[in-house]
Amino acid sequence: MKMQEMQNIPEPHHFDLAKFVFGRLTWDALPLHEPILIGTFAMVAIGGLVVLGLITRFKLWGYLWREWFTSVDHKKIGIMYMVLGTVMLLRGFADALMMRAQQALSFGASHGYLPPHHYDQVFTAHGVIMIFFVAMPFVTGLMNFVVPMQIGARDVAFPYLNNFSFWMTVGGAVTVMMSLFVGEFARTGWLAYPPLSGIAYSPDVGVDYYIWSLQIAGVGTLLSGVNLIATIVKMRAPGMSLMQMPVFTWTALCTNVLIVASFPVLTAVLALLSLDRYAGTNFFTNELGGDPMMYVNLIWIWGHPEVYILALPAFGVFSEVTSTFSGKRLFGYTSMVYATVGITVLSYLVWLHHFFTMGSGGDVNAFFGVTTMVISIPTGAKIFNWLFTMYRGRVRFEVPMMWTVGFMITFVIGGMTGVMLAVPPADFVLHNSLFLIAHFHNVIIGSVVFATFAGINYWFPKAFGFRLHAGLGKASFWLWLVGFWTAFTPLYVLGLMGVTRRMSHFDDPSLRIWFVIAALGALMILGGILCFLAQIAVSIMKREELRDVSGDPWDARTLEWSTSSPPPEYNFAFTPVVHDHDAWWDMKQRGYQRPVAGFMPIHMPRNTGAGIILAGISVAVGVGMIWHIWWLAIIGMVALLAVAIGHSFNRNRDFHIPVEDVARVEGARTELLRKVA
Amino acid sequence: MTAATHIRLAADRAGPEFYLSEDHHPENGTLLGFWIYLMSDCLIFAVLFATYGVLGHHYAGGPTGAELFELPMVAVNTAMLLFSSITYGMAMIATQEGRVKATLGWLAVTGLFGCGFLGLELTEFAHLIAEGNGPQRSAFLSSFFTLVGTHGLHVTCGVIWLVTLMVQVKRWGLTETTRRRLMCLSLFWHFLDVIWIGVFSFVYLLGAMS
Repeated sequence: MKMQEMQNIPEPHHFDLAKFVFGRLTWDALPLHEPILIGTFAMVAIGGLVVLGLITRFKLWGYLWREWFTSVDHKKIGIMYMVLGTVMLLRGFADALMMRAQQALSFGASHGYLPPHHYDQVFTAHGVIMIFFVAMPFVTGLMNFVVPMQIGARDVAFPYLNNFSFWMTVGGAVTVMMSLFVGEFARTGWLAYPPLSGIAYSPDVGVDYYIWSLQIAGVGTLLSGVNLIATIVKMRAPGMSLMQMPVFTWTALCTNVLIVASFPVLTAVLALLSLDRYAGTNFFTNELGGDPMMYVNLIWIWGHPEVYILALPAFGVFSEVTSTFSGKRLFGYTSMVYATVGITVLSYLVWLHHFFTMGSGGDVNAFFGVTTMVISIPTGAKIFNWLFTMYRGRVRFEVPMMWTVGFMITFVIGGMTGVMLAVPPADFVLHNSLFLIAHFHNVIIGSVVFATFAGINYWFPKAFGFRLHAGLGKASFWLWLVGFWTAFTPLYVLGLMGVTRRMSHFDDPSLRIWFVIAALGALMILGGILCFLAQIAVSIMKREELRDVSGDPWDARTLEWSTSSPPPEYNFAFTPVVHDHDAWWDMKQRGYQRPVAGFMPIHMPRNTGAGIILAGISVAVGVGMIWHIWWLAIIGMVALLAVAIGHSFNRNRDFHIPVEDVARVEGARTELLRKVA
Repeated sequence: MTAATHIRLAADRAGPEFYLSEDHHPENGTLLGFWIYLMSDCLIFAVLFATYGVLGHHYAGGPTGAELFELPMVAVNTAMLLFSSITYGMAMIATQEGRVKATLGWLAVTGLFGCGFLGLELTEFAHLIAEGNGPQRSAFLSSFFTLVGTHGLHVTCGVIWLVTLMVQVKRWGLTETTRRRLMCLSLFWHFLDVIWIGVFSFVYLLGAMS
């Protein structure tokens, strides 16, 4: 092995200053010979400079730092998660377009425009970014924004930790993005199976970028999971028993239980892979007793619950949207809760279906095949509950409802192809084929992405006080829906014909037409994304026309709609008392009068910069570890400890909003509501 | 709508209360949150135990546990950690009685036991590595060093945290904040003890017997 041979050569005894300072980072790490990357870098750099210039020009740095970056307000942190998800969606989708273009071009004599070395990084980065830095921020952002208000709380249980979690997620995203321009990303696929991801076969920095970006973001995800569980368990408004929680809050609770119970496994297995790579241990190597299958098992023990971490909150969004826009109580609330909890438990019993072909034997495969099929039962129950909620409801086809109906159709088909894959003998044919790719995009886009857009369209007026433009929202929806099916139906067909995933070149020209159709579908989805961005821009420009002063533009049912839009930083001037799981609907039905006097000072947490500082240092540690700049890693770790300890000495953490301020804010709202009435 | 619901609605209509007119203090969630965090940490150890369970017999022609482990040393180590749990308990009793000096004293003893434990563990590691039985030697030794070392890393963090808290107790006294933090560290410290009992029985005792 080359690496080991090199280690055997005696080192010359002089001290190499450049190597000490920069580790293995040299000018060669910059992709100066790759025109695509230089072009991308130029675009990102120019775009970044324009944004930074505008912020400086309009003197927004202080505002951003005080009001956003250091904020411990769950609503602002939720919005920042959504911004992060959107930015990373553009990056992840650019990767998708590159793959579709490459596969449509690269036939026979033509080898397309991406060499395999680059193509392999693109599909790895696409998967990693879409799951960890698009889907996760979107889901966490929605939960952060909505859950405290739905349970009638003023913030999460640990507001400072919330800010820290967010910035760690950003830190992970920054680390991934860095790999685009300095060095390279992993070429292993999004789960980095050893031995390919071991030091022997991936000696460069790609896998290290992968490991450290996920470890940094993983800290944030885990702590945000702890935070939201404690919030939901401890901070519900008086009267809200568990069976009176809104369904979105239920799904958030289950998702965060899944996060806390599965992300440590990811942390541990990536740490073991790091030890193999950095310390020369033999966990997953081919020699000295190592066992790569350990890695595959462990990573999927995290990986399958992860699927439901993303899907459950999506189901929660659809539950809220369906009952609001059907003007009815959710059909089968209790069965919905049990189905959610059932899926939570079952999601731990199916991981092996990701590798039926890897030699577990017929009995084991049968067990995991059956558990996998069983999951479709509670999921099916949910679909029926949504359908029965719509049945005889007065359904309003606003944009969130359109996404919901689109989800129901798309997801059911994706679910059925999933049941096909759950049959082990069928999986032996379909494993690692494009049929699998089509299946999981079918369920993940169908649930998570559709729910994100439904959720953004639904809660945007709550966050900003004006609705999103409906026309562009509908255009975005139709382009996504039609684009999705145009892009992925060909992959189902190709998969059934035996085409495997992760190929950068094909010999058989008869396959080409399917890849061309898929590429057209991807372009339609691009149109959908652009319409979404235009929707935001146009809505901001037309905000006066789209303004909602009622705080309840959809005639909705849960507590977040009982306060103003945007809500005051304290959410509720008086803590609500809950009598029904559709608490706000119940209040409206029974003649609730908004209190206009008797305000009290409100106890609130104070902003802090510790989160962003700690995350920044974590990225520095990551860079030190990736490039073997040991002094940076060591100093960074010591600094992390010092800042964390230093922060624990900060006792100036909370303050009271004076009663006059509360009275002023609430008075202004009273005045506004009177004017409208 | 059933008759019962009508009656309930009618009754509620008389004067349903939809908000609290006095200040609302939700329960402090720190202990619950910390407990949940500990359980997630427990899962990291679960993975390491499982890995040791699978790879613990992959000696790759190298030494086995029976050849390497020196049980008397491990017994001393275990005793130190168990005693440190008792002394931490004494510190918590002193805290509840509001005695700052006694609290600090027992915390110091606990920290010294922790350092002693770490010292012995590092000696054992150094000894193994010096004889060529480092973590690179076999999958068994990889998983042994990682499991025991991760526990040791936790104890190290615990000691640093303990010193920090001693400074805070000295500076601020036994306030609500320092009491809460002492309680969290208490959970952490006893948790590490429980993990060590697993390591001791599963790795050392079973290893020495096989």
